[in-house]
Amino acid sequence: MSIDRRTVVKAIATGGALIGASVLMPRIALAAWSKEAFEAKEQTAAMNALFGSDGVEESAEVNLKAPDIAENGAVVPVTVTSSMSGVESMSIFIEGNPSPLAAEFMIPAGTKADVSTRVRMGKTTKVTAVVKANGKLYSAAKEVKVTIGGCGG
Amino acid sequence: MAKKMLKVKAKASGDKTKVKLMAKHIMESGQRKDKKTGELIPALFIQNLTIKHAEKVVFEANLGPAISKNPYLAFSFDGGASGDELSMTWTENSGKTGTEVAAIK
Repeated sequence: MSIDRRTVVKAIATGGALIGASVLMPRIALAAWSKEAFEAKEQTAAMNALFGSDGVEESAEVNLKAPDIAENGAVVPVTVTSSMSGVESMSIFIEGNPSPLAAEFMIPAGTKADVSTRVRMGKTTKVTAVVKANGKLYSAAKEVKVTIGGCGG
Repeated sequence: MAKKMLKVKAKASGDKTKVKLMAKHIMESGQRKDKKTGELIPALFIQNLTIKHAEKVVFEANLGPAISKNPYLAFSFDGGASGDELSMTWTENSGKTGTEVAAIK
């Protein structure tokens, strides 16, 4: 069997594309949806899966806005803001939910560390916002009372 | 083209753009039981939402089923001008994905 020049050129080209893809992969993997973290049943396990550590430090520079009493657990408005610089991501954990991690927001440079969303809460529990800034984890927490649960039904 | 899933209000003011968006999606949690059969309804939710402005990612959200039905998100970023386009890509946990565009007002 003879290998002509074309085949060789093609093989090199595909190989090159593969190498390029593998170089790009880790960056994508960093931000990808973490199955392990989102399916973890406990908050510390979820934090470990998401950040590789559960060493979070409470900080006054993390601001979590959530109602004291949520009448409807299916729709609880939550806002996370931070005055810190170098914020990389912000995450919301709901301790009493079947899977505590509710959401992870990536904050690229130029985007404000100020995100609002609405979450489901199964029962009265603690809501924790974790802000990752300059490689460190900071948090703020708040107890939210739920009168009607948002899970099941 | 399929019906739009994302409803977006993006407004440029000064050097910032404020984006509010709502996705029309059931966000099935996987915890609910079918009333007739008593079996769990499998989870179906938006897993990732990536928003780009001028080819640059300005916001990315990884969501779990604990996000309310018809997810709402609000954020703001530097830059953006009236008439610019935002490109938004969503991915469902089923693997389904789609990209929609919206103009900044």
